[in-house]
Amino acid sequence: MTLVKHELRQGSRTLAIWTAAIGFLFAVCVFLFPEMKGEMDGVSEMFSSMGSFTEAFGMDRLNFGTLIGFYAVECGNILGLGGAFFAALLAVGVLAKEEKDHTAEFLLTHPVSRRRVVTEKLAAVLLQIFILNAIIFGVSVISVAMIGEEIPWKEIAMLHLAYFLLQLELAGICFGISAFLRRGSLGIGLGIAIMMYFLNLIANISDGAEFLKYITPFGYAEGADIVANGSLDAALVLPGMLYMVIGIVAAYWEYGRKDIA
Amino acid sequence: MNAIKTTDLTKYYGKARGIIDLNLTIEEGEFFGFIGPNGAGKSTTIRTLLGLLKPTGGSAAIFGKDVVKEKESILADVGYLPSEAMFYPGMRVHQILKLSADVRKKDCREETKILCERLQLDTDKKVEELSFGNRKKVGIVCALQHNPKLLVLDEPTSGLDPLMQKEFFSILQERHQAGTTIFLSSHILSEVQRNCGRAAIIREGRLIACGSVEDLAKTSAKRITVYGDVKLEQLAGIKARHVIDGGCSFLYSGDMNELVQCLSTGQISDLSVAEPDLEEIFMHYYTDGGEVE
Repeated sequence: MTLVKHELRQGSRTLAIWTAAIGFLFAVCVFLFPEMKGEMDGVSEMFSSMGSFTEAFGMDRLNFGTLIGFYAVECGNILGLGGAFFAALLAVGVLAKEEKDHTAEFLLTHPVSRRRVVTEKLAAVLLQIFILNAIIFGVSVISVAMIGEEIPWKEIAMLHLAYFLLQLELAGICFGISAFLRRGSLGIGLGIAIMMYFLNLIANISDGAEFLKYITPFGYAEGADIVANGSLDAALVLPGMLYMVIGIVAAYWEYGRKDIA
Repeated sequence: MNAIKTTDLTKYYGKARGIIDLNLTIEEGEFFGFIGPNGAGKSTTIRTLLGLLKPTGGSAAIFGKDVVKEKESILADVGYLPSEAMFYPGMRVHQILKLSADVRKKDCREETKILCERLQLDTDKKVEELSFGNRKKVGIVCALQHNPKLLVLDEPTSGLDPLMQKEFFSILQERHQAGTTIFLSSHILSEVQRNCGRAAIIREGRLIACGSVEDLAKTSAKRITVYGDVKLEQLAGIKARHVIDGGCSFLYSGDMNELVQCLSTGQISDLSVAEPDLEEIFMHYYTDGGEVE
């Protein structure tokens, strides 16, 4: 537990900044809705007639004039991308930074096993992702209540669950990569998050690239599908969770055996 | 019991040499010096002993426990001072010291306070504000505060001013008196000569000498200083020759009779034959291996 606490303290400022930034954008977005609602008929039509751009963001399957339709696309992109960046950056650096900053020599010459270091760091990553999502969920519910709309509990819960799983998956994958790195982890984390995001856009646009949905976690975190179906697609979520587990197992395997520079 | 025992310990980084067939035995309670130039394998040896590196071949044990299999239990008894101590940015010194104690699940506040006072370490400073020497002090307190049975020190005095070095070594001597085993890696020979009972010399990954500090200094080589006029050109076994005012000085490891005969042919006003100090021996060991002399 000592290392979890240490890790949380080290990351507290970063967590606060990401949470505040995403929460702020989220609230602003929700507060925009009443104003846009009246003009939505025209906007909705426009958004749904932009060809592949419309498809890419799933706007052909959503009614932009309803709160949840608006929420799924606008807020979805904020938490989807923001959360993905946060989770990927956090996880890809958590093991690698010890070697990059030469603190590994300090930490690993204490009587702690490598396995315990990996476990406690993983716990710290998951905990921070959970905290961010819990706070954003709170911000979201409060701001929807504040604009006087009825809270669509089920849909919002589903959406947020999907983004939470998305972040866990990216974190798991990046955590595995982190064990192999010695330095320069940030670019890889960002790269993976962005790549996954674009893979989903491609999958949305092209029917031939549909299979990409099984690779990127943004596939099951697609607001339009979740709202339309009222559930997550297990066929997409399960492979994602498998990638996460593979990442975590890889982290234990590599970190347990590697030479610490 | 042996505090440290390595058997044919070998470490390669891919194809690059780390250490080769290192056999080292250090008894409990010894103050042991580990000498070698940069890149000879001193740090590799230490990092392998502490489980940061996996040996490529051979084995090593600390207090009879295998360094790979029983790493955590070994590390509970070890205090390690890295040559370049780095800490988590943003943390204050007392937080680092507390973290180190917490990870060890030990309460060592009393000892921490004494050490910080003796080393004049300001514990309220942030670690990134510290100078190299002060960061070293944090490392020293981390290595010593839990009263380990074995101290492993990798070039501990770099960055410390002379007064601090003196205080540091008097702390080490007290610990040594109290029974702590100390493994001191250094390229500063006077430091080893003053403090250690035994020492080993490592060169290009191999152990080339190991013995008591007196024995190491007592090789066949003598430091000869001759004043006067004498031709030494034919004499074999001369090293590190340099001209001084009115004569010359050199290390001699050849036949004594030949030296005396050679000297008798010249005009000598003064002559001294002395044991070379460890510094010279060190140079001697390092030039013996076929390097350019």
